[in-house]
Amino acid sequence: MHIPDGYLSPSTCAVLYGGAAAGWYVSLRRIKRVLMTRVVPLISVFAAFSFVVMMFNLPLPGGTTGHALGVAIAAIVLGPSGAVLALSLALAIQALFFGDGGISTLGANCFNMAIVGSLVAYGTYRLLASGAALDSRRRVLAAAIAGYLAANASALVAAVEFGVQPMFFHDAAGAPLYAPYPLRIAVPAMMIGHLTFAGIAEAVVSAGLVAYLQVADPGLLRRTAGPAIAGELPALVQRRSLRRLWISVAVLLLLTPLGVLAAGKAWGEWAPRDFAKPAGRQQIAAASRNAPAPAVAPSGLQRLASLWTAPFPAYAPSFVRSPSLGYLLSAMFGVGFVLLVSLTLQTFLRGREPAHSVD
Amino acid sequence: MQQAFISSTLAGFTRVLGRALTAEHIARQRGLLQSLDPRARLAGILVLVLAVTLAHRLAAIAALLILAVALALLSRVSLATLARRVWLVVLAFTGVIALPALFLTPGNPLIIAGRTSAITDGGLHTALRLIMRVETAVTLTTVLVLCTPWPHVLKALRAFRVPREVVMMLAMAHRYIFLLVETANQMFEARQSRTVGTLTGAARRQVAARTAGVLMSKSMGLSEEVFLAMQSRGYRGEVRIIDEFRMRSRDVAFLCVAVASAAVAAWLGW
Repeated sequence: MHIPDGYLSPSTCAVLYGGAAAGWYVSLRRIKRVLMTRVVPLISVFAAFSFVVMMFNLPLPGGTTGHALGVAIAAIVLGPSGAVLALSLALAIQALFFGDGGISTLGANCFNMAIVGSLVAYGTYRLLASGAALDSRRRVLAAAIAGYLAANASALVAAVEFGVQPMFFHDAAGAPLYAPYPLRIAVPAMMIGHLTFAGIAEAVVSAGLVAYLQVADPGLLRRTAGPAIAGELPALVQRRSLRRLWISVAVLLLLTPLGVLAAGKAWGEWAPRDFAKPAGRQQIAAASRNAPAPAVAPSGLQRLASLWTAPFPAYAPSFVRSPSLGYLLSAMFGVGFVLLVSLTLQTFLRGREPAHSVD
Repeated sequence: MQQAFISSTLAGFTRVLGRALTAEHIARQRGLLQSLDPRARLAGILVLVLAVTLAHRLAAIAALLILAVALALLSRVSLATLARRVWLVVLAFTGVIALPALFLTPGNPLIIAGRTSAITDGGLHTALRLIMRVETAVTLTTVLVLCTPWPHVLKALRAFRVPREVVMMLAMAHRYIFLLVETANQMFEARQSRTVGTLTGAARRQVAARTAGVLMSKSMGLSEEVFLAMQSRGYRGEVRIIDEFRMRSRDVAFLCVAVASAAVAAWLGW
């Protein structure tokens, strides 16, 4: 899946370097917040481990062998940010020291395998293994599916990158300048090998490693097991992220009166009565590229409009005269309501989680 | 035969170590690229790779390939090394990928192959362009990789504003790759030496996964030890790297030649 130099146009490479750089920046910031000074040694050694695991020749069902990326196991042990960095470092060393995978396509390779692969693997694993004990069989199955999907998602993104080349980059006679096959050929050609061999290799290594770690070193599975299973997050991290969240919510609350500055109504947010008023019809026409509004409100809109009456119509309770105060009160009420629903759900879900201890 | 996966993994480790040793040997030779400042070397080769991807005409790509081969020869990289490490590998891989394009790309038929298919002029052009472009770009990057010791690559990366932490992580990861390859090599050799008879498919997968698992546990333990060692030497999360660069006139001259060649090739080959 390592794309060599020459298959992608320079502009594609530049865009994917940009995407990868954004992923590297966010990952580095996030993981430094959690791991502090341990980032450098942990990610370095894990990158070296990922590099070596990529060289393992894995026996696959059916008698063949294949190589895995180790992307899912990196995401399971380190979390998505650590996996993005460790795999990107391994890919960079492969390109810059061993000449495997291109230098101009390093951004693309990191984007496809390290970023897309890690995020898909992490999301799948967390979703499928949610609430399962560290030694549960469900975690092994979740790791296998996460590995399989991650390898295939990376391959699909690479196939799309290949497949768009002839659409955008061809000479005057229409002959492709870079990867020569359109999406309808590139996607199936790439996916057949990954759906059958590479995906299975990734599933085998991910499931096998999780099964081994459950017995030999369960502590390594704790980082991505979720707070209920792994114990609470470090208090400092939790306090910091919560403080930031509350500040953001407060700023957004204070900014809600900005809505009074807006002229007219948002497109499509019309009430049936707006169709009857000349001013309303004029606004609808102006917002719809001067297409005249119908003379009467559409019957479906009229019928459905009476289904629900908002407690604060137009973001202002009837007893409030000032629109700015109305916006603020509406925002406070909305935030309070969302918090209430979230807390109720959280209490309900906590009550359903298994009560076993782990270790 | 049943333990072929162990033998092939061991062969892979040996190949990687062999390639690293070859690169180290070539990087120590007295050649053109070896004598240049790493920043000029990296920037010059990257500009030429960019020109290869920008050039559309076969003649321009061929001229860049000749330049790449000349650079290789002046840097003591033999044609045999290039053929073995680049040309044959790329031809086998990209050749297979480019083959259907001969028939699928629209154009005037050149050679009729069967009743409904023919090699078209557009197809031939597309396939040749892809193969030559990849051959040239990979030749350039391989020459760079072979002639540049890893610490020089890292110094050059610092000059391109890659963050210090990333450069340090690259340096450490590279260092521990060889340690972990050696460890994995010993584990597989030990496993091979005490395995008799036939292993089932599931047992072979278990061997591979457990070896990877043990290697991971060792890696995590190692990272903890490295962290403690760094901390005991005063590491508080601040990364310091000695950046000592000195661009000489020959480095500037090489960079100018590379940029000029790349500009001419990209301009004429557009």
